[in-house]
Amino acid sequence: MKCAVIVFPASNCDRDAHDAIMHVTGTPPQMVWHGDSEVPDVDLIVLPGGFSYGDYLRCGAMAAHSRIMTDIRRKAGEGVAVLGICNGFQILTEAGLLPGTLMRNAGLKFVCRPVELVVDESQSLFTRNYSRGERVTFPVAHGEGNYFASDDVLDRLEAEGRVAFRYAEGENPNGSARNIAGILNEKRNVLGLMPHPERACDPLLGSVSGRAMFQSLLEKLS
Amino acid sequence: MRARVFVTLKPGVLDPQGKAIGHALNSLGFKSVGDVRQGKVIDLELAETDREKASASLRDMCEKLLANTVIEKYDIELRS
Amino acid sequence: MIPNNIAAHGLSADEYARIQQLLGRDPNLVELGIFSVMWSEHCSYKSTRAHLRRLPVTGPQVIQGPGENAGVVDIGDGDVVVFKMESHNHPSFIEPYQGAATGVGGIMRDVFTMGARPVAMMNALRFGAPDHEKTRHLVSGVVAGIGGYGNCMGVPTVGGEVNFHSAYNGNILVNAMCVGLARRDRIFKSAAKGIGNPVVYVGSKTGRDGIHGATMASAEFSEDSEEKRPTVQVGDPFTEKLLLEACLELMSTDAIIAIQDMGAAGLTSSSAEMAGKGGTGIDLDLDRVPQRENDMTAYEMMLSESQERMLMVLKPGREGVAETIFRKWELDFAVIGKTTGTGRMIVRHKGAVVADIPVNALSDEAPVYQRPFTAKSSPARTPVEIDPGRDIAESLLKLLACPDLCSRRWIWEQYDYSVMTDSVQPPGGDAAVVRVHGTNKALAITTDVTPRYCRADPFEGAKQAVAEAWRNLTAVGASPLAVTDNLNFGNPERPETMGEIVRCIDGIAEACRALSFPVVSGNCSLYNETGGEPILPTPAIGGVGLMDDVAREASIGFKRNGDVLILIGEARGELGQSLYLREIESREDGPPPRVDLAVEKRNGDFVRALIRSGRTNTVHDLSDGGLLIAIAEMAIAGGLGAMLDLPDRAAPFLFGEDQARYVIAAAPDAAETVLSDAAAHGVPAIRIGKCDGDRLIITGRLSIPVARMRSAHESWLPSFMAGDPASRAGLAAS
Repeated sequence: MKCAVIVFPASNCDRDAHDAIMHVTGTPPQMVWHGDSEVPDVDLIVLPGGFSYGDYLRCGAMAAHSRIMTDIRRKAGEGVAVLGICNGFQILTEAGLLPGTLMRNAGLKFVCRPVELVVDESQSLFTRNYSRGERVTFPVAHGEGNYFASDDVLDRLEAEGRVAFRYAEGENPNGSARNIAGILNEKRNVLGLMPHPERACDPLLGSVSGRAMFQSLLEKLS
Repeated sequence: MRARVFVTLKPGVLDPQGKAIGHALNSLGFKSVGDVRQGKVIDLELAETDREKASASLRDMCEKLLANTVIEKYDIELRS
Repeated sequence: MIPNNIAAHGLSADEYARIQQLLGRDPNLVELGIFSVMWSEHCSYKSTRAHLRRLPVTGPQVIQGPGENAGVVDIGDGDVVVFKMESHNHPSFIEPYQGAATGVGGIMRDVFTMGARPVAMMNALRFGAPDHEKTRHLVSGVVAGIGGYGNCMGVPTVGGEVNFHSAYNGNILVNAMCVGLARRDRIFKSAAKGIGNPVVYVGSKTGRDGIHGATMASAEFSEDSEEKRPTVQVGDPFTEKLLLEACLELMSTDAIIAIQDMGAAGLTSSSAEMAGKGGTGIDLDLDRVPQRENDMTAYEMMLSESQERMLMVLKPGREGVAETIFRKWELDFAVIGKTTGTGRMIVRHKGAVVADIPVNALSDEAPVYQRPFTAKSSPARTPVEIDPGRDIAESLLKLLACPDLCSRRWIWEQYDYSVMTDSVQPPGGDAAVVRVHGTNKALAITTDVTPRYCRADPFEGAKQAVAEAWRNLTAVGASPLAVTDNLNFGNPERPETMGEIVRCIDGIAEACRALSFPVVSGNCSLYNETGGEPILPTPAIGGVGLMDDVAREASIGFKRNGDVLILIGEARGELGQSLYLREIESREDGPPPRVDLAVEKRNGDFVRALIRSGRTNTVHDLSDGGLLIAIAEMAIAGGLGAMLDLPDRAAPFLFGEDQARYVIAAAPDAAETVLSDAAAHGVPAIRIGKCDGDRLIITGRLSIPVARMRSAHESWLPSFMAGDPASRAGLAAS
C-alpha cells in the first residue's frame, strides 16, 4: 500500500500519522506539502490532525482551499482512499468531501482524553477488520469536534450505513449529533473522524485498537 | 472601497458561545438580556470602485471561504 | 533628561548617573529605553546574580549550564535534552489567556533556539484563594491560554502543579517549562562571532506590543496596573509553529553562526546579548525591520515585545538559503544589520544614528546589587497540638477534595497531552514520562515546590522543593539528571524578602549538590506583590530524569489484588505546615518537615533499584497530605481498594508530611525480598497492608468505597469552575 500524508501549515499530527502507518504497514508514507499541485500516485491519502492555519476563521477552512486539495478532490472522485483525522476531518467537511460540519465543543473547552467508540459500520475499506458493534478506544484531542448536520443528512447517513464510528453511550465528549464520531462519503472511500486512531497503535500508550484501521486498509489496498 | 462582512450562525443552529455570553450578561445584572447570538466581523479593503462588482465578488468570497454556509449566513456592507 | 522620565523607565538616580558616565554624555530617549530594559531586574538579575553564583551548575552530564537560552544535558547515544522554565506572572494576571499563551510561546522559543524540537510542556501555577473574586476567571483564562498555544504547537502538555493561596490573590504565578530533544553535535548558541556577518530578522512583523514588558515584570503591581492592558502581547501559535519548523529546517544546514529569540525586551536584548557574548559590535538598520504598524519610532521598535520573532547571525553568503526556507514557511525575513569589530551597538533609523552604546555597558556593566537582607531563623521544632478525636474518614474525604489536593483533571484534559505519541505516563502521576522518540529511552519530568514550607523556613523549604522533584523522578523509575529553577519572590528591596531569596537559593544549592542534581537553567521573577503584600516564596523546581528502558516504568495506580503494600522511609509524624493542619485544623503554623538529604538519597536509590529490577511497578512518593492521601490516590488511580494494617492510627502518622518516603506495591514473593533488601541497606521499610477489593479499609477505624473517594477527589475543581458566571474559559479560547 502506497500512502501520502499531507502537511498543511501547522499540521501537527503528520509525524504521528507517518509513524503509525510505518509501524503497521512497514512502509513509510510520502509527506506531501500543501502547496504542491499533485499528490503522487498512492492508494491512501491521509489528512492529519493539527491546527492548519491556526484554526483561524474556522477549523480547516483555509486548508480546504490549499492548492493540493484540487488534486485530492479529483483523486477522491476516482476512488482513492482518503482518511481525515481530527483537523483532517474538519478540512474534508470544509472542502465538501464529507457532509455536515464540526462545531465548537458543547462544553466550550478543548477535550483530550481516551474515549470509547462503537464501530457502527464494518463494511468499508477502513473498518473491515472491526466487527459491527465492537468497542474500541481512541484518544480525542479537539476543541471543535461537535458534529452537526441537518436531520435529513443525519437520517441519510444512518440509512446508508455511513456512520463508521459513534461515541459509546455517555462518552460523547463534544455534543456531536447522534453521538457521531466518524462518517463515510457516499462512495465509501473517504472517512473523516475526530478521534485519533494513529494514537492508538502502541501498547505503551494504552490502546492498540487503531491498528485494525490501518490493517484494514493495508489488506484491501495492497 | 472598504467593505464589512458579518458572519453569523443561521437561526436554529446552536450557539454555545452566544449562550455563554447571555449567561454571563445575566449574572452581571443585565436581566433584560434574552437570546444572544455571536458572530464575526471581517473588514476588507478592495481595489474595486464598482459597487455591483464589489458585491458580487464579496458574495463569492463568503460562499467560498468566509462563511461556512452549512451553519453560517453572511451580510455584506459596502462602505465609502 | 527629566527625573520623571528616568523614574518612568524604572531606573534609579544612581543608575542614571552610571549611564551618563558609561556614555560620557546624557543618553537620548532611545538609549534610555535600551538601558532601562537591559538593566531591569528581568534582564540583568541585578538583585540575585551575586547569590545565584552559589548554585551548583556542573556535572559530567551537563553540556550547557545557565547563561544560554536553555540548559543542555547529555542523555547518551548522541542525544541531549534541552530545557528551561520561565515565568509570565505579571502579564497573566492582567490578561490571563494571552499572558499564559505567550509565556508558553516564549519558553518554547528558548528551547528551539538551541536546536531542539520541543517534546513536552509542564507548568507550575499558583492562584489566589478559591473564594477570591478573580480566581476563577484567572484559572479558566490561564488554562485556556496554555492549552490554546501548546495544543496548536502540537507539543504535549504533560503535567505540572497548581496551588491556591490567598497570598497570590493579587499576583498569580504562571511558570511554564519546555523540554526539547536535540543531537549533541547540533546545538545552537547565541554568541555573535565574527565581523561583517549578516544579522537576520525572521518571524512575525514588529508592532507596538508589550512595550516595556520587561520593566513591568520588574516593578510591583499597583492598583492601576490593570490600566496597562495595551502592553500585553498577543500570541500567534500558528506563526510560532511555522517559525519552529523553519528554524529546525535551517538548523539542518550550516548557515547559522548564532541565534537568539526575541523575548522580553525584543530586539534590544537579543542584539545586545548576542554581541555581548560574541565580543563583537552590532550595527542595526531599523528601516529594514519588518513592521506591522505605520510610523513606528526607533524607541518603539527597539522595545517592542512582539512575539514569534528571532534574530540570527548567518555565515556570509548564506542569506539566500535561509531566505528560501523562511519564505517557504511564509515568514518575514530581513537582513537588518551586521556584526562589527567596534564593540558598540549602533542603531540607525531614517538615515540617522539613534543609539550608540558600548555593548559591554549593557551587559557586563549592568548593576549588581548586594541588597541587605534579614534571614528568618528556622521555627522551633515543638510538637504540633491537634484534636485527637477527629474522624479519619471525614478528614480523608475532606483532604482529597481540598483545592490543593483534588484531581486536576479539569485542567489537564484541556491540554493535548497525547500528541507526538510518546506520552507514556499522562498527567496525574508523580512525574510525566515521555519516550525519546524512536528509542526505548524516556525522560521523566516534574515541577515541584511547597511554598507554605518556604514561607515557614526558606532554607528547608527550598531543600524540600529539590528533594521532592528528585523523589518524583525516582518514583517513576528515572535517574534524576538536572533541574531548571524558577524563583518567584516579592520585592528584593525589602530585607525580609531578600532574606527569603538568599536562604532559598542556599537551600536549592545544598540539595542540588547533595543529590548531584545541578541547575542548568532558570529564571527569576521578583516584585511579585500587590499593595505591599508579597507572595509566598515560590522557588519552583523543574526536574528532568532519564530512564534507559521505558518499559520499566512505575506508576501510582494499584494493579493487582493481593499485592503487598510497603512503606519505605521513616515516619516521625511531622504535621507542621501540613495540609492536614491547614484544612482540618484551620491553622498554618509549625515547622515544615525536615529534609535529610542523605536519607533522601539512600531511600530513593533503593526504590529506583527496586523498579529497575522489576520487583515493583507501583510506586507513589509521599508528599502533601502524607501516607493516607498517597494510598487513597493509588487506590483511585488503579480503581482498586486496600486493606491496611498500620502500626499507628493517629493523625500524625496518617497525615504527617515526613520526607524521603514512598509507598510501593509488590507481589507477595517480591515483597519478602524487598523487606530483606531494605533491612540489608539500612532503609526503613514496613509492610502496611495489601491491595484488596473496592474499599479502603483500616479495620475498626475506616472503610470507604474507592468510588466515594474518587468522587470527592474529582468533583471539587469542575464544580468550582462551573460556578464561574461568565464561563470565561469558553469565551477566551475563541
